[in-house]
Amino acid sequence: MSTDTLAHSDERIKAEPFLTKLMKRPELGAIGGVVLVTIFFMITADSTMFTLSGVMNFMTPAAQLGILGIAAAMLMIGGEFDLSIGSMVAFAGMVFGVFVVNVGMPLVIAIPLTLALAAALGATNGMIVLRTGLPSFIVTLAGLFVLRGAALVGLKLFTGGSTQLRGIREAVEGDFLAPIFSGDAFGFLMRWLAEAGIVDSFKSGVPKVPGIPVEILWFIAFAAIATYILLRTPIGNWIFATGGDSLAAQNSGVPVRRVKISLFMLTATAAAIVAIITVIDAGSTDARRGFMKEFEAIIAAVIGGCLLTGGYGSAIGAFFGAIIFGMVTIGLTYTKFDQDWFQVFLGAMLLLAVIFNNVIRRRVTGER
Amino acid sequence: MSAPIIHMENIKKHYGNVIALNGVTFDLRAGECHCLLGDNGAGKSTFIKTMSGVHKPTEGSITFEGKPLSFGSPRDAMEAGIATVFQDLAMIPLMSVTRNFFMGREPTKGRSIFKRFDIETANEITMAEMRKMGINLRGPDQAVGTLSGGERQTVAIARAVYFGAKVLILDEPTSALGVRQTANVLSTINRVREQGIGVVFISHNVRHAMAVGDRFTVLNRGQTLGTATRGEINAAQLQDLMAGGQEMAALEGSLGGTI
Repeated sequence: MSTDTLAHSDERIKAEPFLTKLMKRPELGAIGGVVLVTIFFMITADSTMFTLSGVMNFMTPAAQLGILGIAAAMLMIGGEFDLSIGSMVAFAGMVFGVFVVNVGMPLVIAIPLTLALAAALGATNGMIVLRTGLPSFIVTLAGLFVLRGAALVGLKLFTGGSTQLRGIREAVEGDFLAPIFSGDAFGFLMRWLAEAGIVDSFKSGVPKVPGIPVEILWFIAFAAIATYILLRTPIGNWIFATGGDSLAAQNSGVPVRRVKISLFMLTATAAAIVAIITVIDAGSTDARRGFMKEFEAIIAAVIGGCLLTGGYGSAIGAFFGAIIFGMVTIGLTYTKFDQDWFQVFLGAMLLLAVIFNNVIRRRVTGER
Repeated sequence: MSAPIIHMENIKKHYGNVIALNGVTFDLRAGECHCLLGDNGAGKSTFIKTMSGVHKPTEGSITFEGKPLSFGSPRDAMEAGIATVFQDLAMIPLMSVTRNFFMGREPTKGRSIFKRFDIETANEITMAEMRKMGINLRGPDQAVGTLSGGERQTVAIARAVYFGAKVLILDEPTSALGVRQTANVLSTINRVREQGIGVVFISHNVRHAMAVGDRFTVLNRGQTLGTATRGEINAAQLQDLMAGGQEMAALEGSLGGTI
């Protein structure tokens, strides 16, 4: 077959250099960004940043953001935005807290109920967007305020006036599901590695890093599953098609409505998972939880190569986008720079990513 | 001559008080290219939308493979084997040729949760089908946006043929193309016809129609002005029919016979 292709090959097409091929991958920008940021901190930051405990330090916030970012990326590829995910974290956190503390539910009931409620709210978002034909930007902007407000009102209602709900850690203590959503995993592995002298340990022999924080494992699993779905399943093809041109997709038999509603459910559920993980971790929840996370998630997706117009992007990109985020937020504390440079950096990064993506898109579509 | 695959008798379509089609009769046999010609507003679009199941005719009957038929939706028509390639092509420029080719009809392998898009098979089929149409892709992952207009048209046609079209309706496939690309699309039509598929070729360019058509039906103001077989009619006569005779003669006179 290859000789056949060669025989017919077009003389005007040069063999594509590896670099050009690489340039066409949506996640290239984010990987390049990770390399640049790593080099930057290698030079400027304290060397402890890149020890195992340092890495865990910046991977934890990266993971919390990344779970949202990957979901946001999938929705963006599908051609929509969800600005309500940050508020959804607060709202789902409040609901989960009330279930666990006030109602006294075990996690095996509280977690599925919280996730189901979030998914239902996500589906409602999707339904409104599809029914009204309004931009999802506006519909979910309304959701941003509604859910944030509802979280605040709910907290005050159930705590008798406080904006913080405490006692969650005590309530879930000893629950068999708790280790999946909180704490560190693979502790035995770390202890073993410490004994073998491969990882750093305290004088007592306890490893400095007691285990891998569970959110990092969730983050990696999310990225892997999302990538598999996008690239290797019919549903992935439907998501790209829906975002690329929903009318053309519809005419070709893609269930566009179902795809969009499922994606809205995904972003809301991802927000609820982040809420559950962070709330158990902190032992309390408050109304400011997830503040601004909707924008950070979208920025991570954009740094990861998602186009604002939909139809193009990758979950792996958002994965690295979130890591850049984590490295910069935490990394600045290892340097002599003022931490508040963070936002300046973020804005610059976003602008750069959008310009870069635009160039890539032109290359892919062959526009000149 | 074989019996027609599709026969549309005295089709009328009214939109409120506007009469878009006022008695159109048209048939198509396997392996022929039947050109539907007409000026803008003659009712070509309304007519093919009736044929492809988008509109229901107000009056008239459709016979498909010998049976009376009424399509409820474009999907019904597609499943029966009537594929339409509209001008917008239903192609997504950012997606690869393979992903476009199989959009909504992805081949899968594996079972239940391991059911996945069989991208290797899809790539092979796409490359093979495109080669049959005389197009060599750089690779199956080449984005549709990098193809020329004629190549995109060919992908859309190849897709319709691969998914079992018996009747292929092409809505002005050459209207926005350059000379060479037009020639490519016309030769694609020729290939499709040789496979025994009936092609309905809509155009307002007489020369393009003459190049591939076996029969020609001219629409004017929602009515058929008659059907002619290849050889019975020449380009000038077709042009006159399309424009409605008289006025065109006068216009052409004033332009010195350049149209």
